[in-house]
Amino acid sequence: MLEVKQVRKNFGTLSVLNGIDIRVDQGDVVAIIGPSGSGKTTLLRCMNYLETADDGEMVFDGERFSMRNLSKKDAARIRRKTAFVFQNYNLFQNKTALQNVTEGLIIARKMQKNEAIRIGRQALDKVGLSDRYDYYPAQLSGGQQQRVAIARAIATDPEIIYFDEPTSALDPELTGEVLSVMRQLARDGMTMLVVTHEMNFARTVSNKVIFMENGSVVEAGSSGDVFEHPREIRTKAFLQTLRGSFDLAG
Amino acid sequence: MQFANVKFFKQLARFYIWIFRGTPLLVQLFVVFYGLSRVGFVLAPFPAAVLVFSLNEGAYCAETIRAALESVPPGQLEAGYCVGMSYLQTIRRIILPQALRTAFPPLSNSLIAMVKDTSLAANITVTEMLMVTQRIVARTYEPLLLYLEVGLIYLIFSTVLTKLQRVGEKKLQSIGHNGG
Repeated sequence: MLEVKQVRKNFGTLSVLNGIDIRVDQGDVVAIIGPSGSGKTTLLRCMNYLETADDGEMVFDGERFSMRNLSKKDAARIRRKTAFVFQNYNLFQNKTALQNVTEGLIIARKMQKNEAIRIGRQALDKVGLSDRYDYYPAQLSGGQQQRVAIARAIATDPEIIYFDEPTSALDPELTGEVLSVMRQLARDGMTMLVVTHEMNFARTVSNKVIFMENGSVVEAGSSGDVFEHPREIRTKAFLQTLRGSFDLAG
Repeated sequence: MQFANVKFFKQLARFYIWIFRGTPLLVQLFVVFYGLSRVGFVLAPFPAAVLVFSLNEGAYCAETIRAALESVPPGQLEAGYCVGMSYLQTIRRIILPQALRTAFPPLSNSLIAMVKDTSLAANITVTEMLMVTQRIVARTYEPLLLYLEVGLIYLIFSTVLTKLQRVGEKKLQSIGHNGG
């Protein structure tokens, strides 16, 4: 369904992505893991054209796009088939929870207002916020805000949702409510590409795992394989350190 | 091409703001009214005053609005793109309303400041309040009372505007982020 090939990106002289290949099939939940600074977030941002890659090609639903030279129109067309959940939520601060969800439907997709509100309520119900329709983002907890962001993502009926470290800005106790919503989405068959530090989520929810380091894919495979029998030494070392820190944490 | 244009306008705007914020209002009035008439560009006192006050106020407002727009986090624009909205749609529906909230108090301040600055127009022979007062003082020799009185009138104007500012801020507050 979605494939990117040979994605490259430099920030000045610093090479952040050196030729990344990724393939996502419909219904996949793909977790991208790896140490900080490995380029995971940059890759995700390049895939939604928030960042322009220096090189690379995208195949989306059989259509080929250059990731370096993309017309605004094509970028907008691709973005209408995708949704993005940010680390710091990025809810529209001047809109209520419900308006955050309906804005993309009414303004970008020219949907009838009544229909948009119906879909918006449904999406918020799905993430467990039926009692928060008219709250502004500043009146919601971090976990609730991130759930509104997920509702905003699913309301547009995207083919894939990108998650950029969706729980990194949350307290541990709020992380759970967001992860359980994501788990539910995975069960419903939503295609997701998730940059995450939540190894437990990566292991139990995703079916594929990509381990990135220093701007390259070190290892990619089914989550069972990567977690239980990693082939690469660096993957082993990374998982080892994480396990170590889990043990220390008790 | 478009980029070049944008750059040109940027330079022009920067130059305009630099001039009008960097020189005293009184000097600007003198240059436009007395100075320009020497090179054949004669303006009546009142239009000259309106022109200078508008340009001066515009320069300050531009700076305030630029700062307010910059204070809206860039993630808001990205989120707009990601739900499928265009640049203009996001600016109009998401960025501007938030910027207005930030810009409103300083904009009101400069409006009040300008109301008081209109007294400077007396210097280019506009018969505004201060000038009228000066004339009466010249006849009656009652400077203390009369100047206090004109000060009081300015105070009333400013107070009304301050009250309006409060009302406006409350209105913006109720549709804005911090909610109730």
